[in-house]
Amino acid sequence: MGEPGFRRDGTWVGADVPRREDPRLLAGRGRFVDDVELPRMLHAAFVRSTEAHALVTAVDLSEVREVPGVVAAFDAADLALGDITALLDRPPEEFTPTSMPVLARDKVRYVGEPLAVVVATDPYAAEDGVEAALVDYEPLDPVVGEAAALAAAGPPVHDEAPGNVLVDVSLFATEGIDDTFATAHTVVTVEATTGRQNALPLETRGVVADWDDRDEQLLVRTCTQVPHQVRTVLARCAGLDEKQVRVTVPDMGGGFGQKCVVSREEIAAAAAARRLRRPVKWIEDRREALTASFLAREQHYTARAAFTADGEILALDADIVCDMGAYSCYPFTAGIEPLMASAEMPGVYRVPAYRVRGRAVATNKAPTAPYRGVSRPQYVMVMERLMERAARELGLDPLDVRRRNLITEFPYRGVNGVTYDPGSYRESLDLCEQVLREEGWLSHTEPGRVVGVGYSCFSERTGYGSGAFAQRKMQVVPGFDLSQITMDLDGTVSVTTGTLSHGQSHETTFAQIVADRLGIGYDKVKIVQGDTDRITYGWGSFASRSVTVGGSAASAAAVKLADQLRALAAHLAGVDVDACSLDGHGGVRAGDRTFAFPELAEVAYLRSHLLPKDLGPGLTATASFDVGGDGTFSNATHGCVVALDPGTGGVEILRYVCVEDCGVAIHPRVVEGQARGGIAQGIAGALFEQVTYDELGQPLAPSFMEYKVPTAAEIPDVRIEHLETPCAFTADGAKGAGEGGTIGAPAAVLNAVNDALRHTGVELDATPIPRAAIFAALEVPR
Amino acid sequence: MTDVVLVELTVNGERHDLAIPPRRTLADVLRHDLSLTGTHLGCEHGICGACTVLVDDQPARACLLFAASVENTRIRTVESLGGPEGGLSDLQRCFSEHHALQCGFCTPGFLMLAEGYLAEEPDPTREEIREVVASNLCRCTGYQTIVDAVEDCASRRRAALQAALDTAGSSA
Ligand code: FES
Ligand code: FES
Repeated sequence: MGEPGFRRDGTWVGADVPRREDPRLLAGRGRFVDDVELPRMLHAAFVRSTEAHALVTAVDLSEVREVPGVVAAFDAADLALGDITALLDRPPEEFTPTSMPVLARDKVRYVGEPLAVVVATDPYAAEDGVEAALVDYEPLDPVVGEAAALAAAGPPVHDEAPGNVLVDVSLFATEGIDDTFATAHTVVTVEATTGRQNALPLETRGVVADWDDRDEQLLVRTCTQVPHQVRTVLARCAGLDEKQVRVTVPDMGGGFGQKCVVSREEIAAAAAARRLRRPVKWIEDRREALTASFLAREQHYTARAAFTADGEILALDADIVCDMGAYSCYPFTAGIEPLMASAEMPGVYRVPAYRVRGRAVATNKAPTAPYRGVSRPQYVMVMERLMERAARELGLDPLDVRRRNLITEFPYRGVNGVTYDPGSYRESLDLCEQVLREEGWLSHTEPGRVVGVGYSCFSERTGYGSGAFAQRKMQVVPGFDLSQITMDLDGTVSVTTGTLSHGQSHETTFAQIVADRLGIGYDKVKIVQGDTDRITYGWGSFASRSVTVGGSAASAAAVKLADQLRALAAHLAGVDVDACSLDGHGGVRAGDRTFAFPELAEVAYLRSHLLPKDLGPGLTATASFDVGGDGTFSNATHGCVVALDPGTGGVEILRYVCVEDCGVAIHPRVVEGQARGGIAQGIAGALFEQVTYDELGQPLAPSFMEYKVPTAAEIPDVRIEHLETPCAFTADGAKGAGEGGTIGAPAAVLNAVNDALRHTGVELDATPIPRAAIFAALEVPR
Repeated sequence: MTDVVLVELTVNGERHDLAIPPRRTLADVLRHDLSLTGTHLGCEHGICGACTVLVDDQPARACLLFAASVENTRIRTVESLGGPEGGLSDLQRCFSEHHALQCGFCTPGFLMLAEGYLAEEPDPTREEIREVVASNLCRCTGYQTIVDAVEDCASRRRAALQAALDTAGSSA
């Protein structure tokens, strides 16, 4: 019938169908938040702190209000909004609650912190207004960096947390672990640091808010991964009912976790719109995005591992400190990074004894939020460094040490209490090595340069579920997703999802899933996402949960709808429902009759007197899904070949191979796209990107001149091989594919660099990998 | 209020008369005065290339240009690429086929960059394409598929040209 990409076996899942998002995005007809123009719309800009740590003695906006074009200016007292507070249900010795005011009052805690919002007739005038603001500060000693935070000499970042420690958890401590270390053949230690990074969606944050008199509702179009959570926080901060806030999300130019927390600016801009009864738009500029938006990744690890003489790991002991900046993000809290690292840490290796302490410390830097992979790029890097170091000390092949320790029998219950579902840990490593060997990289040389090969093996828990999140003891527990599906008169369907695409192709992949369940074309399925008035509740998109959780809910709703259609057909044909089945072409076979969906829909809507008593009018079904147990694990092995330039210390990636297994790939090309994009971000973290501050807490990378985002010249082509270990408990066997690339790349690149440096005896354990250290290592005569 | 200047711009073949402040950038004029929102802003300081448009057929950063400075030029934006009924050009179709976009925010900039480049260099090597693609930032794709799309479009255009020449030759 000429349907594009319909697979031979008659399924949409697994087919490389054209993306339904593409035509509008390619034509420039996407609708991003800054594309929204409303009559009488005003533009907001923020007065931001120039100090990293200071008491605010005065905010004077009188001159701001005189600037031509400025309509209003509000500070914290003017808007009088409630604070944004995220909590963990943990005892006081493990968690210290702090809150984030929407606009700073009394005290500022990082450069770029919003103090006041200026609203004007155009964005240029709003910025003029910002320049006219006068703020008086009484500077305090800035706390810049985790060591300074823990030393706690000066005033703390939050008075509630005198030692600057907001989260301090020791989740695991296997009994007898000290004896294991004392008697082990070899103990290796890795001290690793990872730089502060910006998730850096190309579209910055932004919001257009408008009070709708007709609905008595604040309509907030915002660039968020979590619309329902924004609604809840906004309603609470502004003292509105939930129903008085509608959050919608237009097209989104990336998020990567930075937009899966509630931003104070979106709350302030919305509150200003409500106050003024006029639409207010705020679009973050890049300077704000680089200095004042949510950051991530800055962690310090001290990890020890005990090994037998033949490379079997016996115990792991890790101390993790995360510099989470000035505030705890909503809903995840400052615990996001240490809790993730502690809970996931041994990863793909069989580790019988484990002890871990994870801390989040407050500093005078822009606050942190989740960023693609959350803590797993770091802990995987540490595990992979431990494997390499043990191999070196024991004189073994590092891949053999990995093979000796990889989990190979499933389901496997780890020392971290997590049950791993089946994966291809060993197979992916073998295939990755095989590909690099066959391509000739294992014996590759480069004249004048030093070549090394590095690997990383990892799995990533995806989707999670309420159970897994509840173990974190967040007071707000994400997990489930809800979907509602409705068939219209013509037999086409709309399905809602509480997840939200910001580049991951939901309009295509969700349609594939639903189309298979109903036996219709994927172009007959419309996906409704990002509207709190149309979607009962949703948790948005993060943790690679969209397809695993949201897709499974949509799938389940479609199955329920299919059951209704069969029941209806059975009634009309006068046969038993067991004699009815979908025909795979948009109809139901009922005995020897076939009803096309529009025929059934006509009865359901226009001729409801023909309906059986137990089927009400309409064709709609709702279903929810939650990931049971401990969640599901995608896995991969990355292999990377680098050449080092002895003249500059520069690193060039010659080859990158990724063998990934995310279960059933709904759309293989989308999966590859996620992997490639993730790998690019991982390489960025390994080699280029770092948010730095001077000793006073002033940001040193406020533009793309200083914050080096890699381009096509630095990111290599990536060969991707798929393995498929279907997930047993998602509807389509999919496991989630959003973050793996970012998780695996830093370790693979770092190991490759260290392999290249092997002859120097130097081993590096930091990202971004310091070029000066490579240069120095290569300069030393051999 | 700030001064206003009268500016006459030709965008996608259409003439527009505007009264705008001299500091208004071409990007803002395109997006907000002419409602051509396909041109995106990712940095406003000339690095990311999301705002790339063609000025007299040359790729240019619309965020770095004052609208008043590009009078008497021909400006083309992403909205000019497709057909009138929303059909896509060969370049746009190549982007879709190669999955050269995810969120699509950088895409108009890459399309205009490639459009300008291929008009000038119809027979580039993959390395040359990669170098040109390196002028813009994409945060989603890892770039490979963008390079693939541009390469494929170039070779299809050459093949089409060759086919046209062959037919012209054989019918002569
Ligand atoms: S917006 Fe013009 S180059 Fe980034
Ligand atoms: S596709 Fe998202 S930035 Fe390029």
